[in-house]
Amino acid sequence: MTDAPGAQLVILARGLHQAYGRQPALRGVDLELARGEAIALLGPNGAGKSTLLRILSSFERPQRGTLRFEDDVEGAALRRRIGVVAHESLCYADLSARENLRFFAGLYDVEDPRRVDQLLERVALVGAADRPARTYSRGMLQRLAVARALVHAPSLLLLDEPFTGLDRQGTVLLSQLLGEEKRRGVSMLVVSHDLPAIAPFVDRALVLARGRIERNLVLDGTDRLSSLERVYDEAVGGPPTFAGAGAA
Amino acid sequence: MSYVRHTLRLVYKDVVVELRRKELVYATVFFAAVVLLVFSFAFLGGARPTLDVASGVLWVTVALTGTLGIGRAFEREREGDTFHALLLSPVPRSAIYLGKLVSLCLLMALVIAVAAFGVALLFGAPLMSHAGHVALLLGLGTVGFAAIASLFAASLGRARSRELLLPLLVYPLVVPVLIAGARATAGLLMAEDPALPAFWTRFLVVFDCIFVAIGIWTFEPLAASEG
Repeated sequence: MTDAPGAQLVILARGLHQAYGRQPALRGVDLELARGEAIALLGPNGAGKSTLLRILSSFERPQRGTLRFEDDVEGAALRRRIGVVAHESLCYADLSARENLRFFAGLYDVEDPRRVDQLLERVALVGAADRPARTYSRGMLQRLAVARALVHAPSLLLLDEPFTGLDRQGTVLLSQLLGEEKRRGVSMLVVSHDLPAIAPFVDRALVLARGRIERNLVLDGTDRLSSLERVYDEAVGGPPTFAGAGAA
Repeated sequence: MSYVRHTLRLVYKDVVVELRRKELVYATVFFAAVVLLVFSFAFLGGARPTLDVASGVLWVTVALTGTLGIGRAFEREREGDTFHALLLSPVPRSAIYLGKLVSLCLLMALVIAVAAFGVALLFGAPLMSHAGHVALLLGLGTVGFAAIASLFAASLGRARSRELLLPLLVYPLVVPVLIAGARATAGLLMAEDPALPAFWTRFLVVFDCIFVAIGIWTFEPLAASEG
């Protein structure tokens, strides 16, 4: 449950179930996300995190359970409010960053002609804005993917491993950018294993394991990163150990 | 207006991407040339093929190259998962379908122009003497073919054998297009009863209307299941 009583809920999910064949991915997930809240979704590989994001982004329908969004919006009106960063860049390799952002801005009826240039500046892609995206490094492509997700100024961000492929500078830049979006009132659900990058801006951490929410940790105070690390290690079964590591 | 704008934006994007890559144009035009050459060699040394054989060769070439081009066009949308990005946008799903349909028809029109030239050259078919009506038939056939193939190409999603499944699903459904196109073209070339090409032309118009409407109607659930 959210720690903000009376806060306007952006997402209210109850008992979400999803299975692929006989393999259950989600087994009764309950979730509440308040306006302006940032939640870290943690868990081991195969826990169902990406499935949950796909359902919340309205790309997949849950087999069971209820899912409601703020103002009960659905369909195109809902998709207009959501920004998604997925495993792939969701951008055209043969178009430049500028062309990709202009194309997607058009699909979302973004009217501000300066929006694309502002975003290119925010993700530090101005210098490469007119090169085809296929010439980009993994990190540059990831920054373009984030810019694409933000192009229509969404009120809800669903981010699946947004820090993948970013160097240290890129990670800091994206962490700051997401912090700014949160201060702007954007709600976000972020799946990440990069705990130092998400610690500064997330309010809560949910641990998803075996298709269920196992822990709900509210982050406050100064020891946010340690709290996140502790709950993450519990979720994935402790810090990594290697056979023979102590032999030397 | 916004619906038309979105459809045109999608078409423009496809055209720009293809102009940069030229992969689909080169591959399909080359494949069409190869198919025509194979057919022409098959009749080498024998009696000159009749005009209805030439008409059949033209339409079979359209079907073979069309499947290759459409399958690859959707494959390219999956490279950066960009098809997912289109489905996440608020653009009506039917506009996405129509955008794909129009851009695939443009691609096929180019291939068909080359194929028609090849048939006229290799089979001595007098296509130019009925250029207007032949172009209309090929245009209608292209729309009908692309309407069905786009729908299946989008819905096959990440199925492992989609390259194999696409022709298996598409060809049985486009048989009426091939029959109508081939019969009408042969009727024109052989200057048979003018009512025959007119009948098959009307048939193609009705076929296109039905399958484009079905495509618009069913694209959303089929594309949503592609994930």
